[in-house]
Amino acid sequence: MLSSDLNVILPEIILSVYAMLALLGAVYTRKDGLASTLVWITSALFLAVALWIGFNGAGTNVAFNGLFIDDGFARFSKVMILVSGAAVLMMSEGYMTRRGLLRFEYPLLITLSVVGMMMMVSAGDLMSLYMGLELQSLALYVVASLRRDSVKSTEAGLKYFVLGALSSGLLLYGASLVYGYAGTTLFSGIIQTASEGDVSLGLLFGLVFLISGLAFKVSAVPFHMWTPDVYEGAPTPVTAFLATAPKVAAMALFARVLHDAFGGAVGDWQQVVALLSLLSMFLGGIAAIGQTDIKRLMAFSSIAHMGYALMGLAAGTAFGVQSMLIYMAIYVTMSVGTFAFILSMERDGQPVSNIASLNMYSKKEPGKALAMLVLLFSLAGVPPLVGFFGKLYVLRAAYDAGLAWLAIAGAVASVIGAFYYLRIVFYMYFGEERDDGLDGGKSPVLWGMLMASAVIMVVGVVNLFGIEGMAATAAATLVN
Amino acid sequence: MIGLEHYLTVAAVLFVIGIFGLFLNRKNVIILLMSIELMLLAVNINLVAFSSFLGDLVGQVFTLFVLTVAAAEAAIGLAILVCFFRNRGSIAVEDINVMKG
Repeated sequence: MLSSDLNVILPEIILSVYAMLALLGAVYTRKDGLASTLVWITSALFLAVALWIGFNGAGTNVAFNGLFIDDGFARFSKVMILVSGAAVLMMSEGYMTRRGLLRFEYPLLITLSVVGMMMMVSAGDLMSLYMGLELQSLALYVVASLRRDSVKSTEAGLKYFVLGALSSGLLLYGASLVYGYAGTTLFSGIIQTASEGDVSLGLLFGLVFLISGLAFKVSAVPFHMWTPDVYEGAPTPVTAFLATAPKVAAMALFARVLHDAFGGAVGDWQQVVALLSLLSMFLGGIAAIGQTDIKRLMAFSSIAHMGYALMGLAAGTAFGVQSMLIYMAIYVTMSVGTFAFILSMERDGQPVSNIASLNMYSKKEPGKALAMLVLLFSLAGVPPLVGFFGKLYVLRAAYDAGLAWLAIAGAVASVIGAFYYLRIVFYMYFGEERDDGLDGGKSPVLWGMLMASAVIMVVGVVNLFGIEGMAATAAATLVN
Repeated sequence: MIGLEHYLTVAAVLFVIGIFGLFLNRKNVIILLMSIELMLLAVNINLVAFSSFLGDLVGQVFTLFVLTVAAAEAAIGLAILVCFFRNRGSIAVEDINVMKG
């Protein structure tokens, strides 16, 4: 019994044992001298585990009496998390070495937070949900303040910590109420209580607290206030990480709680999630307009994108979950490319994040400017790029579920959102000539990631690389 | 006779005090950490009360997990706070304002 349980969580065990051994090994040997090697080993390990999970996993395996579920949905999300984590690690190495930021803890903390995320998406119980979430968050608080000698970075870490702890508190209070009124912490037990017609008031309160705690983690409005500050203050590679893997994990966890534990009470949470989605889409689009810092702009952009992903969830159907997964996969790919570009923005060896410095960038680096143009159009959802299909899926899911008003609002919000993406394109192609422009970045890794991501956005139009079928299978294991 | 609802009321009151402590406090970041701790402990009271009411041990196991994580969380919070103090020379809440958000 135990050995079969351990078999199910073998990927997580491997990653956490690796993190602990590497931590000990690095402390007793060359410390930060090993950091670069560790970054490459860690990303190779992530990719290997992702391949293993992707090709080897089959069926639904439940371990530890339902605490841990390994099903198609969890595997799809885990592959997304691991691949984006590996991509971000590879991008950070050069940037952090040049700034003297690369410490050996960095790849290991990322590994631990990835283990936490893998546990989140596999949670089958409120306890494993909480433990996974905290493992992820605690590691992220530390990496956000990685630049220990900078006021901005430590301030970002402090804000992230205080608001993150508040959100864990809300989530936990909700969990305690759900436990009290459902009599169990297992999702499979909660769904039985929650599907028998009317949900009791205590359970409903618990659900609302759980949703607000999770909304903090996906940075949905009105629980988004930490996002812009943390994105701006944290070192750029960390921002790139925050914008990708944790978002996927939190959205997947959101879907799992709503469908695995409260799947029988769709009517009770549909309006709440739809409202979160609506507010996120509009605030993300409108507040981004006045931004001058591209990292802050990406923060608002990610808030808006989370709004669209939540729209898929608000549908409350298997197709909704499928559209959410497709949307997240596309969003993560676009984000990796965009952050590869942001990481390569520098002048005289110093990182620059001011949007005005992009004036007439197309003259200096036509190739990179074109790739960025494709990515920005895709982020804005301009047809026929892949980003448009992501939006199309969630809008259709919302429309099919009878939320036509939400779908229409989403279309309006995407037009508002397109403005600030196009503004960057305008600067790059038609801006005024200035003498404080950017130097050409020379990093082949960043260049490769940017180009790969842009090419995916164009070529993926053919069949989205078959991700549609995979997401449908994954969603079918969650919603039945 | 003290019943379940009394415990739930105490926990709810403590939880709300914790939230207010986070938002109304203008003085000191340490007080924020104390408020967070208060919220988590309110949850623990809830869990233990439910556990004893339901005759189910899971709630108490959950409490132990929460206590452990709360300790780890406080350690990390204080570490970040020390780093911030070194850079800024102050831990007043109104001084956490380099970035406006």
